[in-house]
Amino acid sequence: MKKINTEPLFKRQNYFLRIGAVITVVMLLMIVVGYFWTPYSTTQMNADLKFAGPSLAHPFGTDNFGRDIFSRVTEGAGTTFFIAVCVVLIGCIGGTIIGSLTGYFGGAADTILMHICDAITAFPSILMALVIIAAFGGGKYRIILILGILFIPSFARVVRGEFVRQKNLNYIYSARLMGAGHFRIMFRHILPNTIPVLLPAISIGFNNAVLAEASMSYLSIGVQPPDASLGRMLSEAQVYLGKAPWYAIFTGLVIVLLILGFSLLGEGLQQKNRR
Amino acid sequence: MSDSVILEVRNLNSFYRQSGGIFSKKSTKQVLRNINLRMQQGEILGVVGESGSGKSTLAKVILGIVRDYQGEVIHYSPRPQMVFQDPYSSLNPAFSVGRIVEEPLLIYGKYTAAERKRRVVAMLEDVGLGSEYLNRKPRELSGGQRQRISIATAMIVRPKLVILDEAVSALDVTIQDQILDLLMRLKNEYNLSYLFISHDLNVIYQCCDRSIVMKDGQIVEENTVDALFDHPQHEYTRQLLRAAE
Amino acid sequence: MLEVKHLRVRFYDNPQQNEAVHDISFHMKHGEILGLVGESGSGKTVTAMAISGLMQRRQTICSGEIWFDGKDLLKCSRQDLRLLQGRDIGVVFQEPMTSMNPVMRIGPQVEECLKIHTQISREERRQRALQALADVELPEPEVVYKKYPHELSGGMLQRAMIASAIVSRPKLLVCDEPTTALDVTIQAQILDLLKKINREHNVAILFISHNLQVVHKLCSRVAVMYQGELVEEGSCEQVFFHPQQDYTKRLIAAIPTRRKRA
Repeated sequence: MKKINTEPLFKRQNYFLRIGAVITVVMLLMIVVGYFWTPYSTTQMNADLKFAGPSLAHPFGTDNFGRDIFSRVTEGAGTTFFIAVCVVLIGCIGGTIIGSLTGYFGGAADTILMHICDAITAFPSILMALVIIAAFGGGKYRIILILGILFIPSFARVVRGEFVRQKNLNYIYSARLMGAGHFRIMFRHILPNTIPVLLPAISIGFNNAVLAEASMSYLSIGVQPPDASLGRMLSEAQVYLGKAPWYAIFTGLVIVLLILGFSLLGEGLQQKNRR
Repeated sequence: MSDSVILEVRNLNSFYRQSGGIFSKKSTKQVLRNINLRMQQGEILGVVGESGSGKSTLAKVILGIVRDYQGEVIHYSPRPQMVFQDPYSSLNPAFSVGRIVEEPLLIYGKYTAAERKRRVVAMLEDVGLGSEYLNRKPRELSGGQRQRISIATAMIVRPKLVILDEAVSALDVTIQDQILDLLMRLKNEYNLSYLFISHDLNVIYQCCDRSIVMKDGQIVEENTVDALFDHPQHEYTRQLLRAAE
Repeated sequence: MLEVKHLRVRFYDNPQQNEAVHDISFHMKHGEILGLVGESGSGKTVTAMAISGLMQRRQTICSGEIWFDGKDLLKCSRQDLRLLQGRDIGVVFQEPMTSMNPVMRIGPQVEECLKIHTQISREERRQRALQALADVELPEPEVVYKKYPHELSGGMLQRAMIASAIVSRPKLLVCDEPTTALDVTIQAQILDLLKKINREHNVAILFISHNLQVVHKLCSRVAVMYQGELVEEGSCEQVFFHPQQDYTKRLIAAIPTRRKRA
């Protein structure tokens, strides 16, 4: 009798899903609570407390104006999160509409739209956003709109691929035989089946949106002061890296946690769907 | 058997267009050549042929899924339905069993929720599945159970003509036997006609009254199954019979 | 030559499931054709994989013994296993289209096994491959040698697949549903071919199928599997005409024959 016990650690239990969910829930709680109440005012400056290190009163320390970093990070995470969610929503809805129409009907419109998407994807989206913002000006809502539009092609591609695959499966034929119309087939029959591929696309898209917002604010063309956003704070923190390293560390940590939580969640959901 | 015709196909030709690469021209391949057939109400007509004989294309042309054809397809019954070979792709994986069977009723749209529920449960019982299956997902079911669901979905709108495209070919023999029994029982209960497509000659013999034999898109022979098996006229039919012995 | 004793196989990723193969034992003699029949989920493919060494050791727990040519395949070293299973056991799968590498010509694929397990010269390999292609009755072996898989029909591909399985002159050929994806007329040809190869090369064939008619035509002995267990074993005559077990009786009754259905 031979018994080998080499069970893979991450196989049976979906640790990705659990850890991801825990991190995401904690971050969301922080953001929601931070929206209504923060330990200190996020804009009140205090000259006496400039660059105070982490302490019980100020767990993440204070910044160059003596503002509580924890409070500002909470608010900043909220802003960043709001922007990322809106961007993903625009990208996902737009991409789903375009992808399902082109994938289902095919033909010339499909070819043209997909080539436009290719052209957009050919440029790095952050670069495109930079160019557009340089030309038309920045601001929170402009950024959302521009990033959202730039995110459409990636979603459109994923949804289109799934529609092309599914539309020739027999269950779609039998729906047609029952007399179901095109829109019923597209949105009632095929769309629910694209969720397994859409979910990971959303989690990746969310991470890209967080990073895009952070990098744009870092280049100070995104969110304008005194609003806090994680990217904006990071760019400020950079100046004082030697004097107050905790500023950059804690801001960076929150970005990392936000992204990690969603990545793990996406990966976990993918694993769950696979079995 | 009544004498009314339920389906007529006249001079049917169908083409398959290959888009071709950058350097090769577009080419068309003829998949169906001059098909003529006529089905009576209540009849089971077999279609035998190997892969590439065009039997599946014939089914899809008759049902209007393939529109690239010349000739006439005349239905004398509303809503013909189809049961597919592969029980794994013919059910929407996102729906529950109840929802799948209910879908045709939702599309026709003249039933109340209670009426739909009643019909779905009755239909499931008719195909030998209890109401405990209502909330199951297709992936939890075996091949035979899925094929029962496919049959229920096709029959819930009470069609007169059902096309069975290799409906039992992917199943294990014991399951195949049960599903064939089910199909025969439902045929009598609902007074159906079947266009029974199969590559298995014995299954065709068991179930059909008449059969056509297809090769390379053409009908090479057509006769009652007894005559076809006892006195095959065409060389290809003889070859098939020899292989199936 | 082959003796399977108390083989049990269980998969790691599905712990609540019962053993895929539950304590089965059987043996094969030199040059014999044994049919292993069963429906889906009966464990026949898992058994074949265990014998042909395609089971991944990390994903499964195998216990029991598989004696082949005086060695226990479940206990011998990886090197021995590779040699035995590559050279002395040939495998033919169901789907000819997916069991060949689409970007390699037929010839090199047939030679592959010789390249790995022997030191013979390139020219000799070529000759052996051409001989194997001729053995499986492919017309114009030289032409087929240079073709790509997509240029051949399903039946011809399955012949090429058999050629690559017999090129190293194995003692055992494991065929997992080799005719299932083929049309009936082609199916009959492949069966004749397997019979011929069995006779001329004196290679034993473990023929796995769900199709009892096919097994009846080809095999001298049959083993019937059901839900991971071997329920009945015996000569073809015995099992088909005097089945002992209820399951075998049901299975045989379900074979489509020329009779009318009510």
